[in-house]
Amino acid sequence: MKNILQNLDKAFDNKIRLGIMSVLSVNSRATFNQLKEELDLTDGNLASHLKALEKAEYVSVTKTFNDRKPNTSYEITEAGKAAFERHLLALEEILKQL
Amino acid sequence: MKTTENYLEEIKEIRKIMEQSGRFLSLSGLSGILIGIYALVGAYFAYRIVCLPPPSVIRYVFAGDVVYQLITLAMIVLLASFVTTLWLTWQKAKKDGKKIWNHGSRQMLVNLAIPFISGGILILTFTFRGFYEIISPACLIFYGLSLVNAAKFTRQEIFYLGLSEISLGILAALFPGTGLIFWALGFGVLHIIYGSVMYFRYDRPSK
Repeated sequence: MKNILQNLDKAFDNKIRLGIMSVLSVNSRATFNQLKEELDLTDGNLASHLKALEKAEYVSVTKTFNDRKPNTSYEITEAGKAAFERHLLALEEILKQL
Repeated sequence: MKTTENYLEEIKEIRKIMEQSGRFLSLSGLSGILIGIYALVGAYFAYRIVCLPPPSVIRYVFAGDVVYQLITLAMIVLLASFVTTLWLTWQKAKKDGKKIWNHGSRQMLVNLAIPFISGGILILTFTFRGFYEIISPACLIFYGLSLVNAAKFTRQEIFYLGLSEISLGILAALFPGTGLIFWALGFGVLHIIYGSVMYFRYDRPSK
């Protein structure tokens, strides 16, 4: 059992981060507001979890300007995609063992 | 230490988000049934215009020739369907506490509009040049293509509705003179079937 648990990614040890990765894994790109709306989060909450994923280099950020209003969008990185898939497999393995 | 219930919960949540993310899921099934009925009523009037001597009231209202009468009729059906779908979908989104104008609905509309509008322009152009046989098959095929294209951003059932419309369009093209029948089948009967399926799957209040 312990062996399998090691395959779980510490970066995803949180429902919100898993939610962010789920959205980004099916959309090629998502804006901050889109993530906020889909996951039903507050600005601060979402921003802090995005920062953590950014630090792990699982998501990349693009900042552009729309009429001088900042528009931040996020993309999943190759490393992020691989890590997310590994994490999902590990979750499934755990459930299979039961 | 997380319990197994936590893990199960997480997997369920992830599946749900991945399935619904970026998609617009508030389309109303009831509107499908209604626009199917409009199309059948429209087809009935089209049949009367084409095949029966018009009663004096209709002749008085639509003074133009047959083609203009048919185009007017088609526009009325299209407009009524559009307004009905928009209204019922708006109602449903409001009830579910969802926004009607979000990333999913924008993507869906853009992808729907590209084949829809180009098909519409093509059909009108050929109609004014007198190629009337193209109307029914082209309407069905372009509408089907629009649905297939939009399906990526809404419920998967739309994809199969689109494929069925395309098939009927091809059949209508293969058998000349059957345009109105296939038109009624595609826009009337198929919409009613699809609307009922959607209504019973998603709209009906669960017990």
